[in-house]
This record gives sequence, structure tokens and C-alpha cells, in this order.
Amino acid sequence: MTETLSGQSPAGRFFDPLDFLARYGTVIALALLLVFNLIFTRNFATLQTLNVNLTQVCTIVIVAVGMTMVIGTGGIDLSVGSIMAISGALAPMIFLGTIVPVGNIYLWVAAAILIAVGAATLLGLFNGWLVAYFRIQPIVATLVLFIAGRGIAQVLTNGNLQVFRVPEFQWIGLGRPLGIPVQVIIMMAIVLLAAWCLRRTVFGRSILATGGNERAAELAGIPVNRVKLAVYAISGFCAGIAGLVVVAINSASDANLVGLGMELDAIAAVAVGGTLLSGGKATIIGTLLGALTIQLVRYTLLANGVPDAAALVVKAAIIVLAVWLQQQGRAR
Amino acid sequence: MADGPLLSMIGIEKRFAGIPALAGASLEIRSGEVHALIGQNGAGKSTMIKVLTGYHKRDGGEVLFGGVPFEVNSPHQAQKSGISTIYQEINLVPFRSVTENICLGREARRFGMLDWSAMHAEAERLLEAFGININVRRPLMDFNTATQQMVAIARAIGFSARLVIMDEPTSSLDEGEVAMLFKVIRRLKADGVSVIFVSHKLDELYEVCDRVTIMRDGRTVRTADMDQIDKLELVSAMLGRDLSKVEGHATAFTGATREAGETVFVAQHLAAAQAVQDVSFEVRRGEIVGFAGLLGAGRTETARLVFGMDQARAGTMQVEGGPHVPQRPSDAIAAGMGFVTEDRKHEGIVPELSVAENMSLALLPSISRGGVVSESKQRELAERFIKQLGIKCSGPNQKIRDLSGGNQQKVLLARWLATDPKLLILDEPTRGIDVGAKGEIQRLIRQMADRGLAVLMISSELEEVVEGADRVFVLREGRSVAELDGDGISEERVLGAMAHGHSSETEQVRA
Amino acid sequence: MKRKLDARILIGTYGVVLALALLIAFGWWRYENFLGLFNVMSVLRYNSMFALVALGMCFVIMTGGIDLSVGSTAALGSVAAALASPYGILPGAAAGIGVGAVVGALNGLLVTRLNIMPFIATLATMLAASGSALLLANNQSVSVSYESGFTSLGQGNLWVLPIPALIAAGAYIIGSIVLNYTSAGRTILAIGGNEEASRLMGLRTDAIKFFTYLASGGLAGLAGVILAAQFGAGQPIEGVGWELFAIAAVVVGGTLLTGGVGSVGTTLAGVLLLGILFNVLNFENGMGWISLSAYWQSVIRGAFLLVVVIIQARLMTSRRAAL
Repeated sequence: MTETLSGQSPAGRFFDPLDFLARYGTVIALALLLVFNLIFTRNFATLQTLNVNLTQVCTIVIVAVGMTMVIGTGGIDLSVGSIMAISGALAPMIFLGTIVPVGNIYLWVAAAILIAVGAATLLGLFNGWLVAYFRIQPIVATLVLFIAGRGIAQVLTNGNLQVFRVPEFQWIGLGRPLGIPVQVIIMMAIVLLAAWCLRRTVFGRSILATGGNERAAELAGIPVNRVKLAVYAISGFCAGIAGLVVVAINSASDANLVGLGMELDAIAAVAVGGTLLSGGKATIIGTLLGALTIQLVRYTLLANGVPDAAALVVKAAIIVLAVWLQQQGRAR
Repeated sequence: MADGPLLSMIGIEKRFAGIPALAGASLEIRSGEVHALIGQNGAGKSTMIKVLTGYHKRDGGEVLFGGVPFEVNSPHQAQKSGISTIYQEINLVPFRSVTENICLGREARRFGMLDWSAMHAEAERLLEAFGININVRRPLMDFNTATQQMVAIARAIGFSARLVIMDEPTSSLDEGEVAMLFKVIRRLKADGVSVIFVSHKLDELYEVCDRVTIMRDGRTVRTADMDQIDKLELVSAMLGRDLSKVEGHATAFTGATREAGETVFVAQHLAAAQAVQDVSFEVRRGEIVGFAGLLGAGRTETARLVFGMDQARAGTMQVEGGPHVPQRPSDAIAAGMGFVTEDRKHEGIVPELSVAENMSLALLPSISRGGVVSESKQRELAERFIKQLGIKCSGPNQKIRDLSGGNQQKVLLARWLATDPKLLILDEPTRGIDVGAKGEIQRLIRQMADRGLAVLMISSELEEVVEGADRVFVLREGRSVAELDGDGISEERVLGAMAHGHSSETEQVRA
Repeated sequence: MKRKLDARILIGTYGVVLALALLIAFGWWRYENFLGLFNVMSVLRYNSMFALVALGMCFVIMTGGIDLSVGSTAALGSVAAALASPYGILPGAAAGIGVGAVVGALNGLLVTRLNIMPFIATLATMLAASGSALLLANNQSVSVSYESGFTSLGQGNLWVLPIPALIAAGAYIIGSIVLNYTSAGRTILAIGGNEEASRLMGLRTDAIKFFTYLASGGLAGLAGVILAAQFGAGQPIEGVGWELFAIAAVVVGGTLLTGGVGSVGTTLAGVLLLGILFNVLNFENGMGWISLSAYWQSVIRGAFLLVVVIIQARLMTSRRAAL
């Protein structure tokens, strides 16, 4: 071993373009996209554009926060979309009185939210139980609920569309205190809380240690299994909230559609945001930026007349590029 | 076959990320000889073998096989050219059948399809040579380690090789199986096949090998006929100790023998699996206890039992008089232990976390409040240890993976020192660390002991053990065979116990 | 101990065949026309696409990889096949298989050359293939030419046997031969069992991994061809969730997701098991005694997958302990 006296890595002393891109690529891409749009896209710099983009990215970000924590431990959660469907199906059943006739609407809406999110959290816990105690690979363990979960939501609602007009509930999707959509407030609250949690708390440290080096974490006395249980529960919780937001916006809950394909959008946001997919390094703010970047690319392409389908191909290229850059940056 | 050597490797060089693993190593193998290749861990044996088989590309030097330049890029080509290898860890595919494991890569074909009956017959024939009669259709994982090892050997031999490399083939075999293996080796030899035999069990070398090459620090330091060199010479050449000048050098361990405090830890007749047969030792407050022994003597395995990473099958342990039966590492931590592992990369550092975060990993509950890590306490802790241990880094927030090996090791030491343990286990604390940092770490260990810490130190460097430890236990083939202390600790005695299983002076020291 | 272990391994491997037999027996006992020619043939016809996709997935998983792109590759294949169908059966099939193979080759390159995790590499190509399918089809389904006879690939019969089922059967026979009787097949399992050891054994790991992704893409393309022929149109938005159905079938079929253990035959049994579950539910509803909605099928499939993975996990722990 050579001792580098400065304590710096050899790479740290030179400018390494790949390493630089791996670190700041997402921010740079986001900045470039903003500049491009300010110049070329008409009516870009308006509050409305901001609101459109933020509301579209909202549910992805909420789910991706939970996903970031799961991936931080070296896992993955494919079941988020199905859990969204379950939570989105449960809540209307309660406040529409399908199960128990409605009394005080505020009480019933509160119960609906609590029960839906609670059920989602329990399902997440179930994923964690399979991963931590049966040592089933995360991708298979969460595949179970991916398949069964949507079926459960469909069985609950008998596959029917639940349409509703309950302003007390829909406030979470449509309300705008101070002109800011409530869902954006929820998103920012979750993002900030999770970011703080990951950076400042024992739990956050335990997540990164578990994903970074499970053996070392165990040897240092960190309760690795409990940490895994918790992150999957959190992922379920986030998916539950996102499911409620989606049905609130739509004024309807369709178990066939709520959260469909969400797992992939969330994973893409996490990957582009700079979280290591193998675990050990995770950034919630990065995930937010990643989701915004993907959304803005799509918006830019659409606003400039490129079809949505082509945007998918571009998204694919961005994911590969982001992951490849990340690897190159680390190989040095 | 020509009269010249079958294989000549001359001045081989190999660097990993700029760090030399081989620095001009040479090896010559004659036709039909069994040639021992020995050296400490990290001496470069495995790298040498992997260069030969094309797994690593060499950076310099020359290889001649059968008198002609030998250039291979993959183990596949080496195998085709007549060089077969049995690696140290059984490198087979556990889920697949015995036949597949033997025949993969040179399958029998009929009409372009695999001919299973011919392959099964071939596998059975090869195994019969070892007196093994098993159902070759079953997955390899259904058989015990020794059988798996035999399968690996059968595979290598089946390739009608001119040179068979065996990297510690006997580490998991019992006596009978070893005898069987030696019979096969002798038969190979009679057929004109050469064998490179890597082992740490010295007795075996004398039994089966014709010549020996000793490696140290990426160089080959000596080649000799087996009957021209005795065990003590072998061991001292491996460890780089010239017996004629044992006096007159100093490590960073200084200070006289301490007065031992009360006993902190006692282990009696520990046993687990193959590697640990019967190990007893004790550690007292304020002393450094050294574990000496060759590779595979069971030192690390014993430490793992103490720290709850594995469970003992027999024997007892006590911490400060109370029973110690750890089920997992956190039990050992709760009992006041710390463990700096030998495998810094896989069991020590969390590469993506900072210096401060790595340091506080085992201490999180006490520097946090309500689950929130106190940044100020963490920073204070990190700054204190960075200063105290002289860790060279740009600050507590630098990522640990950007630090040099020596500084990473200091961070890991700090991780455990911060928990204020009663017993600290150090497994090869200075391996892979450059000379300057090594001295500092050795000094630190001494200081820690002076402040009353009980230290159990495993080291393959004789100098480190002899000069650093207040008491030395020598392990040999899973047994504690000698205990030396005070003036009784000398290189000759330790070497003697490692080579022969006892030291003539041991009894006197005990008495 | 050893004997007990054997029984458990047998259950792990052939449990799916047993379950399939039980389910068929149940259907035969309970419903009048369950084993009737019409029902059997339509089940075979409908599930042949999934069978092809699962076969490719099985090969990839046996190397320890995964291929999430199969569903959208099939969609892309169906569009390409529909577009080429006016030129005849062969050009139509070749177009579908060809684009599938291109996606597969791309996957193989990303995984073996750029060293991108299979999960992410194939997630990206999934999006790319889906986008390409929509672009190529102009966002709508593309009807196939009925004159060229292309639709016989999906709708035709040879004697009473549906042609797509025969194609799938042929693919499984070839797949089974490749896996069991060629060195490439054994290498696939060796890589999944221990990639490092396989490399040290001198096996050509990267080339073989590339081949499995190529095959998976090609088979997904072929499934797309049948999809287009069966429904008379190239379907750019079909194939959603096929990848996870295929993974489930492979896992239920006893193939370990970590790689190294697997069988082509039991994968087929896995596909049929999951497919017939759906069929049984249809019959059950038809009898009108209880009304189990079709939605139960995914719940039951999920529950089944859960049971299988838990048994597998238990099996692995007991095996490790037995070593």
C-alpha cells in the first residue's frame, strides 16, 4: 500500500471528467434543461409550468423516497405500484361507506387515510419480513406482492371504478393553500423528513452501513435485520400515501391502473439521482433531482413536439448513462 | 521430453493499482517433480499461480513452458496447454453434478451432443483412483468438503495435464484422505507429470515434495532440494528471519514487560469444525497476548469464536469470571469486546461512509439522543481520535475509501477504542500497511495496553509477535501447542513451536 | 438426514409437476368439459406466448441474471411482425424475431461489456423497446395482413394441434437439448452456480451470458409474432407485466433466481400451472355456484409464488447447514 500523505485519493488530485460527471451530472443536466427551456420553450417561466411539472412528479418522488431507503440497504421493492393500488382502493371504500355507513365525514376520511396507509405499511413490513428473516432475495420477495397486491385491490373493489366527490378527502390532491398544491407540500415534507433521517439519525446511518457493508455493520453491532424490516415498511408507507394522492387527484380509484409501472419510474429516479443501486450510498435530494430531471426531459421533448414514445427511449438512455457514469466514477 | 525444465518463470512482475504484488519472482519446475511453493500470506504465491494460468496478466518477466515462450490470456487456454489448477477455495459449482464439475470444459460428445454416459463413466474412473465411489450424478453440494476437494483434483488430473498446480489441497482433508492424495501425486509423478504443491503443513512437504521454492514480499527468496533444508530454515526463510542475526533490531513496540493485571478473558479447550481443535489461552488486563502460528493454524478461527461470529462446538469461555457464550457479535460487544478484522475490506470499512461515520459505527447509541446522531459529539470523537492516532485525512468528513490502508486501519482501531472495551482483538493489525504507519500502529497498541486494555493480537509477522507481545500462544494445526512469556519469548522458541509443535524450552518457561 | 433432504429436493424440483397434475385432476373431476379438446387446445394456444417468454427468461435467470425487457420486446416484435406480414409468413416471423434479437443483443452488450447490472440494463431496454414499438406503430395497433397466411402462426391448426403451441413445444425441445446436451447449456448453469469458479475453470462466461440475453430477446420477439398472428394485430402496448409473470413461472418451476439450478421442463410446468389456474377460475365462475372474480387469479398466483419461494429459502438454509 502506498501512503498518500495528503490523505487524498490519487484521483482526487487531478480533475477527472468522468468522476465529475458522476457526481454532478444530474444537477448539470437539470440546469442545462432549465436553460434550454427558458430560451426555447414558450411560456416556460410560469407558475403554471412549475405546478404542472411538480404535480406530475409528485407521486413518483413520494414512492422514490421509500425506494431510496430500500435501495440504500442493498434491496429493491417491486411491490410499490400494487401497494398504491391497495391503498387507493381501501380509502374510498371507507369514506364512501362501502364497509361501514358514513358518520361524521371528517372522522371517516381520517379513518380512511389512517387505515389505507396503515395497511400499506403492514404490507411493506411483510416484504421486509421475507427479506430479513427468510433471506429471500428482495427482487423475488417483493415480486410476490407485486403480483398478488394488484389482485387484492381488484378483489376488494371487484374491479369496479370507484368514483367519488368528497372534497374533504380530495383536498390532499386538489387543495392549494397559498397557491401551492397540497400534494407538493406532502412531497416536500416527506422528502425533507427522509433526507434529515438519512443524514442525521442512527437509523439513517444504519441503513447506509447495512447496504455499504453488511458484514461490517453486523460486526459493529448494528441490528441489520430490524433495519431491513423498517425500510420496507417505510417504502410501503410512502406507496400508501402516493396511492391516496393519485386517487384524490383523479376523483376516482381504478384498481387496475393506480400505480401501474410505478416501481420502474421510482427505480429510474433513484438511479438517475445518484443513489448506488448496490446499496451503501443514498441521497434523497438526489432522488428528487433525478425524478425532476426525468420529468423535465419528458416535458421538454413534449413541449417541443417530440412524441411521448420517443421520450421513453431517451429516458432509457438517461438511465443507462447515469448508471454507467456512476460506475466509471467509482472505478477510479 | 526435453532435458530442460518444464516450466521457467523468470523475473515475473505484477502490480495491482500500482502496488507491486510480484517484484521479480522466479520459479523453475522440472519434468516429473513435485515442487513445493511456500510463503506467508501476501508473499505472492497465489498471484504467481494466477499469472501462470493467465488469470492475471503479468507486467514483466518471462514464462517458458516446455522450452517455448508461454503466452496465455485465460485459464481456459492454460488448461488446453496442459496446465491444470486446483484452487485454494474449492472453485467448483456446488449445485451441479459431480460429473459436470469434473467434465465441464472438455465434455465428451457424440453426434455433437453431450454423451452423458461416457462422461459419468469418465468421472467414476477418475474418482476411483482416489478410492472414492460415489454417485456422480448427484450435485456436488451433497458431499463433504474432502470429497469436493477430491473432485477438484480429479477434474484437474482429467485434463491430461503436464503440470498440475495444487493450492493448499490438503487444508480440508483428513489423514487418510491426505494419504490417498499423496498416492495420486506419486502416480502423477511416475507418469512424468509435474506438480506445484502449495501448503503450510510442513510435514507434508517433506513427505511428498522433491524441491521447494520459498516466496516472500513478492520475490522468490530461495529454492532448495527438500532434503537439503530443515524445517527451521524453511520457516525462517518464509518469515524473513535470519537466525544468525536475531539480535539487534527493534520494532515500534518498546518498553519492558509489564506487570500483568487481573485476568480479563479465559478460553479453555475451544473447538469448532476442522480449523480449531483444542485451543486454550487467557488474556489479562494491560497485556498484549500474541497468537503465533502458520496460516491455517486456527488463529483467526479462534478469534471468531470469541467474538461470536461462529459458535464453538466444545470448550468454555469466561469474561471477568462470568460465562461468555456469544451467539452473535453484538453479544460480544455487550460483553466489552472489540474486533479489528483481518479482512479490512469485507468486514471492516463501510467504504461510502466518512471517517467520522465509520468511527462512530459501534458507538451510535451513546453519541445519539432520541435516535438522532449528535453531530457535535461525533465530530468531537472523530477529531479526538484523528489527533490521538495521527490519522492522515483531510478531515472527519472524508470518505474512508479514499484513505490509505494504514489510515483506514487506524480508523477501525478508533471505532473500537471509542467503545472503551475491556478486550480488543486485533487480527493482523498491520497487514498491507506501509512501514511508517505500521510502526505507529504498533506503538498505539502498546499505549492502549499500558492504559489497562487487554489485547489479543494475531500476527503472521514473527517480529511483531515476539517483540510486541507480553505473552505468546503458539497455535499449530488447530491446537495451542506452546505458551511463552517474558524472557521466554524468543524467535527460536516460537519458530520451533510452529515447526515442530513444541518448543524444547517451553516446559521450562511454564515451570 | 440425507434421505429426508432428498425428499425435500424432489418436492422443490418436481413439486410444480405434482401441483399441475393435482390441478388438472381437480378440473377433470369438477368440470365437464375441462379436458375437452376445445378447452385444452385453447389453453395451449393462449399460453404459448407466455411459454416462449418464460423459456428465454429461464435461460437468463439460470446464469444469475434477469431480463425485464421481454414484455415490451414482445410488443415491439408484434408490431414489426405485423408491419412485415404482407410479405408472407417467413418475413413476418423473421422481422419479429429479428427486432427481438436486437434488443436481446443490446441487453447482452450492456451486461457483459459495460458491466451494468442486468436489472437496470434490461429495465432501460424495456423502456426503449416500448417507446420504439409505439413509434413504429404510430401509437395504435397495426393490423396484420390476412392474405399472406401470417395469421396461421397464431390461429392455425396442424391436425387438431394449435400451431403456436407446436412452435412453443419445438422451442422447449430445442431449449432442453441445448441445456442438457451441449456444453453451452452446462456452462449456463455453471455460471449461475459460481461465476468466478466458472471463469477459473476456463469457461467462456461472457460469451455465454451474451447468448442467453440474445436468446431471451429472440424468443420474446417470437412471442410477439404469435401475439400479432393470434389477435390479428401488432400490439404496441401489450406485454405489460409479462416479464414478472415469466419470472414467477420460472421461480414456480423450481429455478433458483440466484442462478445455477434450473430446468426447462419444470419451467413449462410453471407456465401451465399459472395459466390453468386462470382457466379453473373461469370454469368455477361458469358453474355459478360461487362467484370468484377473475381478479382472484393474481392473488392466487402471488400466494403460490410465496409458498414456492419460502420452500426454496428453507431448502437452501437446510442444505447449507447440511454441508
